[in-house]
Amino acid sequence: MTPDPSSRTAVNYLNVDYGVRSWLLTKDHKRIGFLYLVSITVMFAIGGLAALAIRLDLLTPAGDLMGDDTYNKMFTMHGVAMVFFFLVPSIPAVLGNFLIPLMIGARDLAFPRLNLASWYIFILGGGITLYAVLTGGVDTGWTFYTPYSTEGSNTNVTSAALGVFVSGFSSILTGLNFLVTIHRMRAPGLRWLRLPLFVWAQYATSIIFILGTPVIAITVLLVAVERSLDIGIFDPALGGDPILFQHLFWFYSHPAVYIMILPAMGVVSEIIPCFTRNKIFGYKFIAVSSLAIALLGFLVWGHHMFVSGQSVNASLIFSFLSFAVAIPSAVKVFNWTATLYKGSIGFEAPMLYALGFIGLFTIGGLTGLFLASLGLDVHVHDTYFVVAHFHYIMVGGAVMGYLGGLHFWWPKISGKLYPEWLARVSAVIIFLGFNLTFFPQFVLGYLGMPRRYHVYPPEFQVLNVFSTAGASILGFGYLLPIVYFAWSMRYGKVASANPWNAAGLEWATPSPPPPDNFAETPVVEDDPYGYTRIDPGEELQVA
Amino acid sequence: MPDSHAASVPHAHHHGHDSHAGHAGHAVAHQFDDAEQQFGAATLGMWIFLLTEVMFFGAILAAYAIYFVTYVDPFEDASNHLSLALGALNTVILLTSSLTMARAVHAAQTADARTQVRWLVRTLALGAAFLVIKAFEYGSKFEEGLVPGIGFRYDGPGAAQHELFLSFYFALTGLHALHMIIGIGVLLVLVWMARRGRFSAAYFTPVEMSGLYWHFVDLVWIFLFPMLYLLGRH
Repeated sequence: MTPDPSSRTAVNYLNVDYGVRSWLLTKDHKRIGFLYLVSITVMFAIGGLAALAIRLDLLTPAGDLMGDDTYNKMFTMHGVAMVFFFLVPSIPAVLGNFLIPLMIGARDLAFPRLNLASWYIFILGGGITLYAVLTGGVDTGWTFYTPYSTEGSNTNVTSAALGVFVSGFSSILTGLNFLVTIHRMRAPGLRWLRLPLFVWAQYATSIIFILGTPVIAITVLLVAVERSLDIGIFDPALGGDPILFQHLFWFYSHPAVYIMILPAMGVVSEIIPCFTRNKIFGYKFIAVSSLAIALLGFLVWGHHMFVSGQSVNASLIFSFLSFAVAIPSAVKVFNWTATLYKGSIGFEAPMLYALGFIGLFTIGGLTGLFLASLGLDVHVHDTYFVVAHFHYIMVGGAVMGYLGGLHFWWPKISGKLYPEWLARVSAVIIFLGFNLTFFPQFVLGYLGMPRRYHVYPPEFQVLNVFSTAGASILGFGYLLPIVYFAWSMRYGKVASANPWNAAGLEWATPSPPPPDNFAETPVVEDDPYGYTRIDPGEELQVA
Repeated sequence: MPDSHAASVPHAHHHGHDSHAGHAGHAVAHQFDDAEQQFGAATLGMWIFLLTEVMFFGAILAAYAIYFVTYVDPFEDASNHLSLALGALNTVILLTSSLTMARAVHAAQTADARTQVRWLVRTLALGAAFLVIKAFEYGSKFEEGLVPGIGFRYDGPGAAQHELFLSFYFALTGLHALHMIIGIGVLLVLVWMARRGRFSAAYFTPVEMSGLYWHFVDLVWIFLFPMLYLLGRH
């Protein structure tokens, strides 16, 4: 397929205006998505460097690279940067911002100015947190557990907590904007059950954003206030309860895991039908399972607290509900797998990430059930088993989904093709590096290596060396897309409007899209994913 | 709703409608098809925002409720440190301000700019009166040594729990007062807009949305007053 030359000369969102000012004052959802892309990549690099330092330190049982305090600050920086400033905003703020209006046939989000404000709030929150890190760091871990965070730690807990508090409003505004946009701005004919599953996933995510984020906001604010004004809300000396902090913290932070994984599931739901040329199997089930995950996800937080002294009855219920939330997740996995059946499967880079997601998410999810079992959790609680489990979800799941989505929509975002061969190699490197990093940690945890310690018995060294070797490979794998995406912006081949022959409104407008997205508001007359099984004339445009 | 929007016109020429609106009603922003869709979006957005506020206050109220159930007697005693008269007066003031706010919303749709401004200013004055009274209450807590963290001097039975109660008192009413201050800022903007004749039966979205916010902040106080001031009075 030869690219339509007119799509390059036409006005698009990238060339409509030039200069820093035009970007920093933009109200175009596509440009704001791009701003987020750059900002969270910086945060990803910071969190990634901290991870590399952690893994290097763990090469030797004695932890020769850094002292105890530095190590504590490193894993805190890694967690805070990755959770609050990369994973939570990643797919929603970058791909969701860019794609939701395109996918529903709208000219922009409902509140463009609020959208830009959310980016500035994110930058402000990130800035405050970076300030906390640069002026001495924080050593509480990303969980800010009391009473250590309120009374024990003498590091910059207050400013780090304030940074998290501020960035929370960026999530809230993004979620609010998405909900209103999806409710009020769908193109004519785009009924709820015709919405792309990516949009359904963003809708479910936005519900968590607006219901969960205010709770973490008030909670970390109370920690900051308790530290700086010496009032006691969680202070045992006044009869306050540090465990209450854990309840409030996990009320958000467990659903936050679904903030990270649901959008990735949405991405996978888009990629799989495209590269199997099949209609998605079980559309309604996948759509509704996103909502089920969002709602059930609010009722399982107590499984983080099985060993905190929480009542056994509460633990039983939380354990049961944690098993229940696995059902809608499994519904998705089965439906994706069924979509593969008798498909005409292509192994382009986005599909490699999507397939990797299914496998790694399944491992992460099933090991989550180990942890949701009351008896087994006592053995593996706070060990590397937990670390491996949630990295299979967050890195194996969320980051794979994010990268798959970036590759899939990169031609739309940049108007250029990325180098396909290099991208496939990177996807394989990332997959292998990831497994080499985190699979040994399951074993380490099961054998009893606790998390957050930087010295360990010598018999654990071999597995730790494997893990560190894997992390180096993984780090290299992540560098490649950053380099070739940036390269392709300038030197990549020009992409057509629809290089993948994909269904969906976002492919019905030029790449990159014009500022107002569509020359004419599209009218939707069919269900989504109208892929036909085999079309011999069909050829994808890859570089 | 067929749309004749021409997307080939560069973005920059498109928006900024709202900045030179005002004479013949309010223009519709470029992302919306019509004024009705725009109003619907604003309304839904405001309700979702208020939902986040419910969760925001809900979390700290839940924490407070848990401690109250744990320490019923000390919390009931500690509640008597608060001035029932001033709390009740503030309740009356806030409820009245909700009435004047509702009148302001009504006036924005039906009346001339002067009437609109009059009701907005009355609401503003009542909000300010609430904050002044609150400031006096805080001041007396300082004098009595009842501010947690800085020289908490009460040493009767259950002193620690008294301090815990007062920590919540300041956290809850402080957050509420912060919302009042933001509300007063919003009202000032509305007064400025009303004076410039921005509002009419065709366009009154900012007043209506601010009204929702004002009533919500009022409603929070309706919860705070009994939960803080009336615990020990039975």
